[in-house]
Amino acid sequence: MDYEPILTQNVHKENSRSIATYEQSGGYSALRKVFKEMSPAEVVDEVKASNLRGRGGAGFPTGVKWSFVPKNTGKPTYLIMNADESEPGTFKDRLLMSKDPHMVVEGQIISSFAIGCELSFIYIRGEFYEEAQILEAAIEEAREKGYLGKNILGSGFNHDIIVHRGAGAYICGEETGLIESLEGKRGWPRIKPPFPAVEGYLQSPTIVNNVETLANVPHIITRGAEWFKNIGPEKSPGPKLYCLSGDVENPGVYEHAMGYPLKDLIYKDGGGIWKGRELKAVIPGGSSVPVLTADEIDINMDFDSVAAAGSMLGSAATMVIDDTACMVDALSNLTKFYAHESCGQCTPCREGSPWMMRIVRRIENGDGEPNDLDMLLDIGTAIQQKTICPFGDAAMTPVTTFVQKFRDEFEYHIEHKKCMVSRQKLMPQVA
Amino acid sequence: MSLEFSPENQEKIQTLLDRYPDKRSTTLPVLHIAQAQFGTLTPEVINLVADAIDQESMHVRDTISFYTMFHTKERGKYHLQVCHTLSCSLRGSEQVVDHLYERLNFDENGMTADKQFSIEKVECLGACGTAPVVQINNDYYENLTIERLDEIIDKLQAS
Repeated sequence: MDYEPILTQNVHKENSRSIATYEQSGGYSALRKVFKEMSPAEVVDEVKASNLRGRGGAGFPTGVKWSFVPKNTGKPTYLIMNADESEPGTFKDRLLMSKDPHMVVEGQIISSFAIGCELSFIYIRGEFYEEAQILEAAIEEAREKGYLGKNILGSGFNHDIIVHRGAGAYICGEETGLIESLEGKRGWPRIKPPFPAVEGYLQSPTIVNNVETLANVPHIITRGAEWFKNIGPEKSPGPKLYCLSGDVENPGVYEHAMGYPLKDLIYKDGGGIWKGRELKAVIPGGSSVPVLTADEIDINMDFDSVAAAGSMLGSAATMVIDDTACMVDALSNLTKFYAHESCGQCTPCREGSPWMMRIVRRIENGDGEPNDLDMLLDIGTAIQQKTICPFGDAAMTPVTTFVQKFRDEFEYHIEHKKCMVSRQKLMPQVA
Repeated sequence: MSLEFSPENQEKIQTLLDRYPDKRSTTLPVLHIAQAQFGTLTPEVINLVADAIDQESMHVRDTISFYTMFHTKERGKYHLQVCHTLSCSLRGSEQVVDHLYERLNFDENGMTADKQFSIEKVECLGACGTAPVVQINNDYYENLTIERLDEIIDKLQAS
């Protein structure tokens, strides 16, 4: 059966950003339904029943997260949409925000109603200047239509959304780093507990949800949890945006049900490996997850299936590496990213990330030593789960898995002081 | 000479202070406003920001030091931020950088003599599906080829 796009149903339409286009496709009817028929608790229950799991990468059940918000604390409750989208390989939320901002805004308003939040934030990475402006414009349109402001649609519920731009820091995608950053400080992650749902922004109960997660909410309300649960695998259901980048013919964002085969993503949607080359490796969920070899890609892309295969769905950011790429070079690139982005708070990560970068770089440059590979694995162990936030694990995972799965290339590099494979410089020239 | 926010920016800042639940949370948005108006976050600009949002300038300075998008040193009129993380790298970001270096004479600080252009290699810009990508000031330029890159630079040089 052909899959009917849900999250991207409007993105190819003309004026997809306008509220008129969105309303013509049934937009804001979920909001009307909520105010007419549902209590906040019923919205939480519906989302819980749908088994919607967070699309930012962790896959935590959204409705369960919402239910952690304590009642009657006397403090305001905040919802923050995490639009920091910085995991290398990930560019799905940008598509939603730039092409269908009202779907995102409607999801934000309904979710805010569910958790009793009157002021919410969209924390968007600073580089997404245009997308921030598009969201501001959408919020203004929604306000003019009475979907935001005081006493929305006569419900008695008040709500306002602030679009808050970050300023260039990968770590601010981590929810407590994000909260610190929203408070105007450096984005240093906090020790948990307390979890943000109890003590988050300005010490108040705070829920942080990914853009794509919240974009699912209006559809769950309109069509019901049962409908949602029947899309893809039961334990990890719903529509999913898959990002495909790197060495494929047609990179892009593709929407399918959860559990879409990775092979189909690469060879059907992506048109296969570019320039007639062969596949060497795939990073299925953003640069922080374990790399897969070409033999390991016969898997379905949902949280549980990818985990069973020893990697992670993460943000479903699939990066494809062809057989002309040197894995030492590729890892050198990634270790540089983590060395640059480590926030510097915890010693193992602050010191370990640049150390790993220097070792991989010296192997790449032909100055590697025989015990460098074991040292890389040792440093990984010394970082793993010894930091406040998951960044440490994110930094060591590519190192460990690249070395384990492509050890021959690293050893060749150390012994022969050059790449086992070498690719031409790749700048595409227009024919 | 004392610096001042433009009347329009003063109004924007007041709106932020009214909308946010606390003043310190306006640090990032007010820094964005300040950088857009003054170009560089000099010590004088930092003090101005601190006064405007009623925070210690040490706090503002500390925050600035954490984020790559806030600049305390002068940049070119057009700041070229070339993404060079994996997906962009696989699709030719190194050639983008090489070409820009060949075409524009950057000094050791990555600035051209006429201060029209400055260059910086940046980490993932979140546009991997349209790699390679360069962000010039606020705008993204995607699916770059050498030809397209030349067109972009020609256009900026002519403006």
